Order: sequence, then C-alpha cells, then structure tokens
Amino acid sequence: MFARVVWLVLRKDLMVEVRSLEIVYTTLFFAVSCVLVFAFALVQEGRPPADGAAGILWISIAFAGTLALGRAFERERQSETLRALLLAPAARPAVYVGKLLGIIALLVAGEIVLVPLVALLFQAPLLLRPIWLAVILVTGTVGFAAVGTLFAAMLVRARSRDVLLPVLLYPITVPVIIAGVRATATLLQPDVDGEILRFWLALLVCFDIVFVTLALWTFEPLMTD
Amino acid sequence: MPVWFTPATALCGLMFAISPFLIANAPYESTMGLVQKIFYVHLPSAWMFLIAAIVCGVASIRFLFRGDARHDRLAWAAAELVVLFGIVTLVTGPLWARKAWGVWWQWDVRLTASLIGWMVSVAYLLLRKYGGPGSDKLAAGLALFGMANVPFIYISVNYWRTIHPTTSVVPTLPTSFGLPLWFSAVMFLLLFVLLLRARVRLEEQRAQLDALYLSVDG
Repeated sequence: MFARVVWLVLRKDLMVEVRSLEIVYTTLFFAVSCVLVFAFALVQEGRPPADGAAGILWISIAFAGTLALGRAFERERQSETLRALLLAPAARPAVYVGKLLGIIALLVAGEIVLVPLVALLFQAPLLLRPIWLAVILVTGTVGFAAVGTLFAAMLVRARSRDVLLPVLLYPITVPVIIAGVRATATLLQPDVDGEILRFWLALLVCFDIVFVTLALWTFEPLMTD
Repeated sequence: MPVWFTPATALCGLMFAISPFLIANAPYESTMGLVQKIFYVHLPSAWMFLIAAIVCGVASIRFLFRGDARHDRLAWAAAELVVLFGIVTLVTGPLWARKAWGVWWQWDVRLTASLIGWMVSVAYLLLRKYGGPGSDKLAAGLALFGMANVPFIYISVNYWRTIHPTTSVVPTLPTSFGLPLWFSAVMFLLLFVLLLRARVRLEEQRAQLDALYLSVDG
C-alpha cells in the first residue's frame, strides 16, 4: 500500500512534468546561467581556479534545486491539489516520499547536464570516475531534497514563501554542501585519497538517513492544519 | 508579572554596575593582556546563546507534538534571545580573535557552528514575522531540524581544522580569573531569565487580547 501510494504520487508528478517540461527547462536554463556567471567571474586568462569546479557544481545544484522545489509546490498550490493529496486516504509519509522522489528525479536530470558543462568550462576531470561521482551526487541530492521537500511543502500555505524557502533551507543544508563539495574536490585530485572520500560519503549517508527519518516523522504533524 | 521580577531586575542591574570593577581588577593575562577581558563577556554570552537555543529546541518539539501554545510562546521568546546573545557572542569573539589569533574570523568548528546556529534562529524569526498564519508550526519544525543539524555541522566543519580553545580550560582557571567569570555568568543567566520571562509575558498578553477580540466578535 505504502509503495503504491509512493508510485502513484511520483507518476503523477512526472506525468505533469513530462507534459509541460516547465520545471526541467526553466531550472536547467537557470543552472546553466549560474555556471556561466561563475565562469565569467572566476576564469582568468583562460585558467580556472584550482579546486573551483566542485564548489561551482554544488552551488549551481543548490540554487537550481531551490528553484525547482519552489516551482514544484507552487504548482500544487495553484489548483489546491496539495489539499486534495493530503485529503486522500493515504499515509502522509507515503505522499512525502512520492514528492521527494519526484524532486530527486528532477535534480538528477539537471545534474546530468550540469556535470559535463562544469567539466568543460572549468577543465575539471569530473568524468574520470563516473561511478564515484554519481554516488556522491545522488547521496548529496537526497539529503538536500529531503529537507527541501519538507520545507517547501510546509511553506505552501505561508506568505512570502518564495523568499523564505532559501532562507530556511540553506543554513540547514550547510553540512550537505560542505560534504558534497569536499567529496567532489577529493575526487578531482590526481590521486584520490580513499579515506577522506569515504569519510565524506559516510557523513552524507548519515545525514540522508537522519533527515529522511525526521521528515517522515514530522511530515504528519507539520502538514496538519 | 511574578513577585520576584522587580527585585531580580534590580539585582541584575546592580550586578551589571559592579561587574566592570570586578573585571577591571582581575589580573592581566600574560600573553593577551587587556584584550583577554573580553572573555568575561564572550564566554557567558556564548553559554546563554547555547541555553537559549536548547530551550527553543525543546519547547518547539513539545509544541509540535503536543500542540500547547505555551510551549510555542516560550520557543519564540527563546529564539529572540538566541539572536540577541548570538550577536553579543559573534561580535565579541572576532574582537578577541583579532588579538589572540591575528585574524578576525577563522572557519573553525565552533565559530562556524555558532554562526550557522545563529542564522537558523534568524531564519526562525523571519519565518514567524513574515510567514503569516500557520507559521508557528513551521517554525517549530525548523527548530527541530536546526537541532538535528548541530552534530552534522560539528563533524563536517571539524574535518577542516580547529583552533578555538577547548572547554577544558574553564575548570582549571585560577580564582582571580574565575571569580569575575562566574559573577558574569550568573549576571548573564539572570538577564536571560528576566528577558525570557518578560517576552513570554508579552506573548501571553497578546494571546489574551486576541481571545478577547474573538469573544467580542463572536
């Protein structure tokens, strides 16, 4: 039953998105412009800053992620469909997991475009170890989206939600950003220090577990009027 | 207001008047000299910063799961004190660090964790002020997540480097340093309790006023 609700919510979100592609296009365009701004600001005389690529990749993901989160829930608000979702005879945590998976899918789609772009513009060997990079990106994205989905859902009914989402989200996701940036930067070194990489990955996984659990636990009381 | 409030306020004022003399008479620390005296303000305000954050977090969790508005008012009052004592801590810290370490700011674990904790509490206040109806629960959720975040910030920043003196310094201080410090700590604690009580009372009266308006309308 739980898995079915998750699947239905996820399928609904993906179907709405595939039909309009609104969030994918706007978020991607925004992320690409972000990377370009960084390139103009930081690349001097054709040389990118050392170790800069990891930070730029994660900042772009965080910025684009905020935009996607805001938009995804704005859509639910416009026609009061979030209320309908919450009224449905389904477990609230299942609704949350469905929304979370939808957001993660969106962000991963964005990362697929961002990674080669950053690798190209900042001459970073991001694609040398694709599996490790994918693991870091997915664990980081899960952590960021777990907090983001809960906050964006909470803020649907609040005033000035567009401003409040980044204000609330960034201080809380600082550890994810630090861990993601450091893990990616480690991966970009000529010889990867496996111990440091494992440390950051372990931190990311712990963060994911704690914050997904907390979100599942608090989604019900937070979304009740 | 409770009976103890006025005498306690007077006592707190008196302590604030006396403390500069105590601090001035404390011996000079051999390496840092005069600047070390910031310590008598910095450390107690940092403690109150931490206590206020804990009060805010615990009250928020109780509000979130029990729904008692009293805990919500307590959490709100404590969050404002987190911001207040946080400002004192974050301003006196760099003043001292400039002399002790030669730089205004270091990305050390305690500094970073305090800064982020302070930012979460500012976000809390922004949410309460501009979030509109229903923001009390959202703010409680934010406080819960902020509390859960502390160990992660600590671990992640700790992996860079740490130069902040450790807490083990305090019990080993000689009495001449210890007396003004504990005096300041009690003074700040009193100030904290007084401000918290006054702020909670303000919210209580606002709630009563709202209830009265509602009963008149009804």
